[in-house]
Formats: sequence, structure tokens, C-alpha cells
Amino acid sequence: MESFTPLTAALGGALIGLAAAVLWLGNGRIAGISGIFGQLLPPAQTVVWRVVFLVALVAATFAAAQLFPTLGVGGDTPARLVEAPAAWGVPTPVWLAIAGLLTGLGTKIGNGCTSGHGVCGLARLSLRSLVAVLVFFGVAVITVTVTGIV
Amino acid sequence: MANLKLPYLATAALSGALFGSGLYVSQMVDPLKVLRFLDFTTIPSGGWDPSLAFVMGAALIVMFIAVRIGKGRQAPLFDTSFHEPEYRKVDRRLVGGAVLFGIGWGMAGICPGPAISLIAFLPENLWIFLVAMFAGSLAGSLIIPSGHARRLADAQ
Repeated sequence: MESFTPLTAALGGALIGLAAAVLWLGNGRIAGISGIFGQLLPPAQTVVWRVVFLVALVAATFAAAQLFPTLGVGGDTPARLVEAPAAWGVPTPVWLAIAGLLTGLGTKIGNGCTSGHGVCGLARLSLRSLVAVLVFFGVAVITVTVTGIV
Repeated sequence: MANLKLPYLATAALSGALFGSGLYVSQMVDPLKVLRFLDFTTIPSGGWDPSLAFVMGAALIVMFIAVRIGKGRQAPLFDTSFHEPEYRKVDRRLVGGAVLFGIGWGMAGICPGPAISLIAFLPENLWIFLVAMFAGSLAGSLIIPSGHARRLADAQ
């Protein structure tokens, strides 16, 4: 349990919830990252705010890491992606490309990810979001077990 | 056009900034930390990291309150209406999409929010994941029609 960080997890989660709250009460928009990311192509008048949101997200991640470097990855600990499990004989770039493709495709077809369905949808008591969250969490847990990635 | 005015864009920027800070503070920018939550096989040995549940729980509580506040209002502050998803049916697309996303998430430990926020640190191979994610999203839009009205009509 050495890696369990309940305080910063809850604090960071509250910030994410606040982000979703601000976008909902200010602009009436769902803070779902896959949706914001996946609709970066025109019609142009709805693209501007998405670009502004994503640029601010990256900038704030960077700034937070400069201000509080001891929290971990991105600060004192360099960020890195996982490597493909050796037993599968797949090069890491190919593994990550497949994972990225499935993430983009799945969140598009399923209309949302951990933020859109997970935070916003569940808070709106949406049945669609509840089903989506149970399915993608369940499948992810099975995938981790099957691949032995950790 | 309401959504090109300064208060609207400032709200988007504030929300994005809070989101990015939250992802860093909670350490959800670390794919391994996410995977250590998803790895239930470590529960018996006590090596499981339940942090992600605390992130989701706290975020949910705050957003739940915001949704309640929104219910008492006709419109958000800077637009004419709440853009609430209108399609309510649980269908095969929803479940199929969630299955595909679940596999991708379990393979890399990166969901779309952290994928974007990791641009701040440029870890090796991130661009491969991001380009693939964008390509996957584009491929998905060939299956799902673009535009809210058409998507809704198609789904129903």
C-alpha cells in the first residue's frame, strides 16, 4: 500500500470535479475530454473553446508540476509510458498505438470516457453513463489481468 | 456568437486549468498508478492502490452538487442552454465502445484526459499514443454521424 495516496487523490479529484462544475454552470458544457478532443475539427465556432480548454489543461499540468514537484510523476519523477509486456512479443510502440487506437475509437463510439461518462455522466445520474463506466472499468480490469502489464 | 465571447472562453480556460492541475495533483498523469488501481490481482497481497477511486469519488461529489445547482437555473451563465445529452437509450454502440475503450485503457493505463495532460512532460512514445487516439476517434466518426442533430436522429 506504499503507493496509496488518498489525500492528494481526493484533492486532485475535487479539482477535476470543480473543473467539470465550472464548465457546466458557466457554459453548459460537459467536461468530457474524449468529446472535447474528438471534436477539434470544424464547425469552427465550437472549436475555439475546445482548443482553449486543452491548451489550458496542458499548461496547468506543467505549472502544477513546477509548483509542487515532490508530488511525483511529472515533477521529481520523470513521466513515462508503460512498456509492452515481454511475453506478448509486441514492440512497445505498436502496443501503445493499438491502445491509443482503441481508446480513440471506443470513446468516440461509446460517446465518452472516464471524465464525460465517469465524472459528468454519473453526477447527472445518467443510466447510459453508469453502464459505460461499469463496462469500461470491468473490461480494463480484465485486460490488465490478461496482459500482465503491471 | 456566444461561444466566442471572452467570459465563455475564460470559463473554458479556467475549467481546463483546474482539470490539468487536478490530474497532476492526483497523479492520474502516471499511467502506472492508474494500472495499479486496475490490477485487482494485487488485492489479496495488499499491494493494490485504491487512489483512483478517491479521485473519482471526490470529483463526483463536487460535480453532483454543481448539477443540483444547475437544475434550479434556466441556463448556464454564458450560454443560452445546458447542452445535456438527449439520447438516453443504452444500446450496442455504447456498450461496444466502452468495451473497446476498456481494452485500450487496460493496455496502457491512459485515458483521454491524462493523454492530453502528459503533453506537458513529453514522455517517450506519447506522440504515438496521441496520434493513434486521434486516428481512432476519426475512424469512429465514420461510424457515428457528425453533428448533434444527425447523431441523435441516427441513434434513434
